[in-house]
Amino acid sequence: MRFLDEEGFGRLMALLAARGYVVIGPTVRDGAIVLDRIDGAKDLPRGIREAQGPGAYRLEATGDHQLFAWSHGPDSAKRFLFPPREVLSTATRLEGELRVDPAPLPEVRYAFVGLRSCDLHAIEVQDRVFAIADPAYRKRREESFYVGVNCGHPGGTCFCDSMGTGPRCAAGFDLALTELGGGFTVEPGTARGEELLSELGSREATGAEAAAAAAVTDGARERMGRRLETDDLPGLLYRNREHPRWDQVASRCLTCTNCTMVCPTCFCNDVVDGISLDGTEATRTREWASCFSEEFSHMAPGDVRKSARSRYRQWLTHKFASWIDQFGTSGCVGCGRCITWCPVGIDVTEEIAAIRVTDGEVAVAEEVVA
Amino acid sequence: MSPKPRVAVFKMASCDGCQLQLLDAEDALLELAGAIEIANFAEASSRLEEGPYDVTLVEGSISTPEQVEQIKEIRAVSRFLMTIGACATSGGIQALRNGRDLAEVVRQVYPTPEYVRSLERSTPVAEHVKVDLELTGCPVDRGQLLGAIAWLLQGSVPRPPTTPVCIECKRRGYVCVVVARGEPCLGPVTRTGCGALCPAFARGCYGCFGPSQPPNTEALARRFLELGMSPVQVAEKFRFITGYAPAFRETAERLEREEASAT
Repeated sequence: MRFLDEEGFGRLMALLAARGYVVIGPTVRDGAIVLDRIDGAKDLPRGIREAQGPGAYRLEATGDHQLFAWSHGPDSAKRFLFPPREVLSTATRLEGELRVDPAPLPEVRYAFVGLRSCDLHAIEVQDRVFAIADPAYRKRREESFYVGVNCGHPGGTCFCDSMGTGPRCAAGFDLALTELGGGFTVEPGTARGEELLSELGSREATGAEAAAAAAVTDGARERMGRRLETDDLPGLLYRNREHPRWDQVASRCLTCTNCTMVCPTCFCNDVVDGISLDGTEATRTREWASCFSEEFSHMAPGDVRKSARSRYRQWLTHKFASWIDQFGTSGCVGCGRCITWCPVGIDVTEEIAAIRVTDGEVAVAEEVVA
Repeated sequence: MSPKPRVAVFKMASCDGCQLQLLDAEDALLELAGAIEIANFAEASSRLEEGPYDVTLVEGSISTPEQVEQIKEIRAVSRFLMTIGACATSGGIQALRNGRDLAEVVRQVYPTPEYVRSLERSTPVAEHVKVDLELTGCPVDRGQLLGAIAWLLQGSVPRPPTTPVCIECKRRGYVCVVVARGEPCLGPVTRTGCGALCPAFARGCYGCFGPSQPPNTEALARRFLELGMSPVQVAEKFRFITGYAPAFRETAERLEREEASAT
């Protein structure tokens, strides 16, 4: 384990930029810590923390000089690796001939600074969806550099400890930092992380510094805003698909899509075509979509999931149960964004707990045989 | 080459703002003029040709006895009728009079009320004739309007999104004004199409694109009450530009009854 003082951290930011990375990091905008292009440590949220709970998020000043004494805002790396809108191809029609050009592969190389362990896990969850068949995603993913920051400040809606995805960065980073007074302990996770670190002028961390770094994440584990009992979640949710709780939550749910938009693993998308007035140019664009929108399940005979109940149940059951069948991993990393950014504050941990309390009291409907 | 489609643009009770989205289309105007024949568009040209028309755009609500007849005549000479904007699709701001005493409203607004001949209610075009496509918004979104025309020229009828404004806020990275500021915002129950224009300026959506996919207006109203608004204040949020759209109207009426029974 190495130690990097504040100036060394500044050199890290400068070196990433010098190597041609577009540096993406946390920064304050419109009352929240968002992820955006940053130009050095000065753009980081120094002395800022946030208070968050179901449907509520506020920033406050701490008066100290820490750069990472907060829990994540609405954005995750998803915004950059799987952009909200991306042109897939263009088509041109000239004198009866149709030419289709796939969009060129992206040239941008990102360096992410300050990702938490939950979000590093979320990237690996999305890899299972996109990395096989999406060359643009794969290129952005492989060419990016990842600086994780071990979490000492879980938010009011966080439950990574329950999901086994944090608060300490275990994988998926090139460098992992832990912020201590006056600097950072640093651990490389890859050869290229090690190589970059060797240029920064760090020193070996002392035993006291290593112990302080461990205390940061140990303390965070104790201060999780939420907990979730994960024992046999798939069985619980499959058994209780007719539970009355689904009706209760549907009466509160706005089906507004916010939970899915802020979820760092939700990957649903739609492909839309635009066309020029003269009919000679067309553009095919992929954009973020949501299983909460009615039109998302539209097929020739109509909408498949017509009710809010069916859409909420589909999302929650997919996220915590059928995702495991489909991708071999839970779709939830316990970041709590869906709780905070739900305008009416629906809390997935509360919904699941309510079903668990009355597990088995509601008979499962007969299996529909096709 | 087949002749260019004949297009007409008419207005009923409205402010002309939706037609202006076409006239202001600047870069696209020449392309548009090359693709269609403008046969009847009083705001653009004094050359007004008779129907039939291939595509007819109608702005504005049905607010006078004359308009009831006029819209039937327009329908009769139009192959494809597209209504544009909040007035044409939900009755517009002038539908605020619906459910009130018309004579009293007219007397309050006009110095010589005897010249005014209006219907009791301002209503959307679709209450009177069959409409083939509705584009909502106050005004209608230019990109959506030109996009719809482009698809119609290819013989395809577009399906404008019905998903709430929230999806567009999140795509564009706008911070939620409800969650981060406690600001009442109709975005969760209003259909997208505007590009999340108001939240882009940290203001709550006021619902000008009308109700989204079957919206949960009751749940959002409860949230607004939690933020400290009175039932009538919440009702006024829903009774605005598209307040006569059924989903918004029903929740507003219920809230007004709630406040009336409490006092």
